[in-house]
Amino acid sequence: MPPMEPTLNRPLRRSFVKGLVGTTSFWMASGSTQWTESLAAEAVQSYQPTFFDMKEYQFLEAASDRLFPSDHNGPGGKALGVAEFIDRQMQTPYGHGENWYMSGPFQQGPANLGYQLPFVPRDLYRKGIAGVETYARQQYGKEFTALAAVQQDEILTALEGGSVQLGEIPGRVFFEQLRTNTLEGVFADPLYGGNRGLAGWVMLGFPGARADFMDWANQEGAPYPIGPVSISGETA
Amino acid sequence: MGEKHVDAVIVGAGWAGSILAKELTEAGLSVVMLERGAERTTQVEGAYPDSIDELRGAVRKRLFQNLSQSTVTIRNTIDQTALPYRQLAAFLPGEGVGGAGLHWSGVHFRVAPEDLRLRSSVIERYGEKFIPEGMNLQDYGVTYEELEPFFDKAEKVFGTSGEAYKVQGKIVGNGNVFSPDRSSDFPLPVMKDTFSASVFRDAAKSAGYHPYALPAANASRQYTNTYGCQMGPCNFCGYCSGYDCYLYSKASPNVNILPALRQDPRFSLIPNAHVLRVDLDSTKKKATGVTYLDTRTRKETSLSADLVILGAFQFNNVHLMLVSGIGKPYDPVSNTGTVGRNFVYQTITSSRVWLPSSTYTNQFVGAGGAGVAIDDFNSMNFDHGPLGFVGGSPVWVNQAGMKPIAAATGAGGGGTPRWGSAYKDALINTYKHSLGIDAHGSNMAYRDVYLDLDPTWKDAYGQPLLRMTFTWKDNDIRMNQYVVSKIEPIARAMGATKMNLVHLNPGQPFDTRKYQTTHLGGGAIMGENPQTSALNRYLQSWDVSNVFVIGSNAFPQGMGYNPTGMVAALAYWTAHHIRTTYLKSPGPLVQA
Repeated sequence: MPPMEPTLNRPLRRSFVKGLVGTTSFWMASGSTQWTESLAAEAVQSYQPTFFDMKEYQFLEAASDRLFPSDHNGPGGKALGVAEFIDRQMQTPYGHGENWYMSGPFQQGPANLGYQLPFVPRDLYRKGIAGVETYARQQYGKEFTALAAVQQDEILTALEGGSVQLGEIPGRVFFEQLRTNTLEGVFADPLYGGNRGLAGWVMLGFPGARADFMDWANQEGAPYPIGPVSISGETA
Repeated sequence: MGEKHVDAVIVGAGWAGSILAKELTEAGLSVVMLERGAERTTQVEGAYPDSIDELRGAVRKRLFQNLSQSTVTIRNTIDQTALPYRQLAAFLPGEGVGGAGLHWSGVHFRVAPEDLRLRSSVIERYGEKFIPEGMNLQDYGVTYEELEPFFDKAEKVFGTSGEAYKVQGKIVGNGNVFSPDRSSDFPLPVMKDTFSASVFRDAAKSAGYHPYALPAANASRQYTNTYGCQMGPCNFCGYCSGYDCYLYSKASPNVNILPALRQDPRFSLIPNAHVLRVDLDSTKKKATGVTYLDTRTRKETSLSADLVILGAFQFNNVHLMLVSGIGKPYDPVSNTGTVGRNFVYQTITSSRVWLPSSTYTNQFVGAGGAGVAIDDFNSMNFDHGPLGFVGGSPVWVNQAGMKPIAAATGAGGGGTPRWGSAYKDALINTYKHSLGIDAHGSNMAYRDVYLDLDPTWKDAYGQPLLRMTFTWKDNDIRMNQYVVSKIEPIARAMGATKMNLVHLNPGQPFDTRKYQTTHLGGGAIMGENPQTSALNRYLQSWDVSNVFVIGSNAFPQGMGYNPTGMVAALAYWTAHHIRTTYLKSPGPLVQA
């Protein structure tokens, strides 16, 4: 083996790896559990939200962990990094609503004619989280993150059911935004900050970026045998 | 006046535009093709692994129309206020070079011959009174026999994989028994059945139906097409619909036509060029060219041309006709005018079947065009007499590669949890052990379903948005319910442990929030009567004879089949008649 070639036993210097994960051109030679765990641990320790304040960020951690709870199937939204995922999405064109038609007038109509509010995702989160905290204090006398899981579930159920208005935002609209982005954070490639350790994909049995099933079009109902790989080369 | 003159200007760099551009440059014309979106090539934007990133691709809708610049408004009925379609959901038009032809799945059908003369066919069998009040049932004005050479030509360009039933009158294979005769076989052998498709094939056969492999513009092996463009074999990676194929396996204008066209000095492609209008002379009977805006510099340019081809997405073609004053806008009250008339969709519902937990359907494996279907309830293949509706649906398993975010966000509902631990259990079980069965049905045209210009909302260029007035009608709801009821015995024969049969219900309005299909049609339809069609049978405007309008906008009804194969055949049909007749003597190809 050439002396300078990185191997799993003698990995690349950490700073080099840090510089490359998250770029899509980087493809690790292979992966290992140790790499996965150390990178995930580092992500948890070092991530500082840039759009949300700490209270909002903690709300996202708690709410995503009720929408997608930790259970016998595997980890929940908090451990999977959903809050980081959503925070990072707020800095993208999506967060700014740049692909939505946002010209007025804004006029409400039947639900089946779709979203008609003048708010982009960044507005929906800022106003929606504040609205949920107000609702939580009114109903339970505490902020959302201080409530027991069963009470958090009651609030989420009320939002989903459409009976709660969060200031300018219908509770149902905020719930759907939060549910959609939570599930994206659970199952998107980890380069966006969620799906830590590829654990979302492991639960589903999705092999990630393999994108080659030449021999697997039909194996008579057998489970696909190879675990997932991410775009940056992380495996699980 | 124009800064520059070309023989032909083409609006839109999708399949329709690219086919016309190839044909017209072959005829010796100088051609400029204008595309409002960005340049896209496989080796840059389509390269692995970025191309198989679900969030970047289908979820954040990278290849689709950017609604912030231009969208439509939608209402269900004439008495409602239409509201803007602010977020992409129900349908996903393409944008950028390749258009919707870059992000499509690749299901590449011909046409059920009787769908081309549906009005005549229904009247011959059941009498004129069978057609419900308010249904604008019409013939295309062209027959399958006339189009056959152009279906054949398109398949050889697309590298279509399939299994024929009948070639030159002889039964040659295990293909669709309802399909018409072909002049030659598919250029590539049939795609493999996925496991889910093979289960459907066996069950459909045992239920007494006639399963066949979907014709797929996904290459089953290496192929070099008519133009010398190359395709590689599909590996069932599952990233077709919503993605650009990194393997050069899914046919697209970018892979199958543009590599040849770009080398032709008579051809030029201008991306980021949003066409504002077709310019007409003072008589409004002749187009002088087009005016477009460079979306980056905001500079307007007029281009003069002898021939104008509209090859934009279905409703964008109709929008351009309306804002340019080509033809008479349709008015549903007086029932006059043609531009906007017969706006149609498809009637599609997806059902789900669960197999035993020892069986893994590996739904992430797939190819967009591959699958197994039955046509026993499509077109005029069954007796509509006692059923009292017009139209039908193919039924199929088209496992195209189910990605996790799509699976997760779509899971739950209908009485089952949409979040929490019970949701996780159900999601995982459904992902691993179930398969989807679609009823992919027709949609008829109605007097009060149409397109016009919205009175209130405008696009980023100050032009009125197109307004859609559309909802589900009783005829199509009953058709969908009937066909979905036929799925149950097939699911039982599969050994289903559970099934969720989904159909439309009476009174259910069209819902813009849920993806249904991008197969919009009509609005500027072809036909034999200028009172009831905007285009003649050569897709030439009855009113402005140097404008041809190519796309599913020409379909008088929404057919059960996917539209791209029909659009490609119509494009080659039109091109043939421009080349052989129109160019020798420009003017109307049919006298009004």
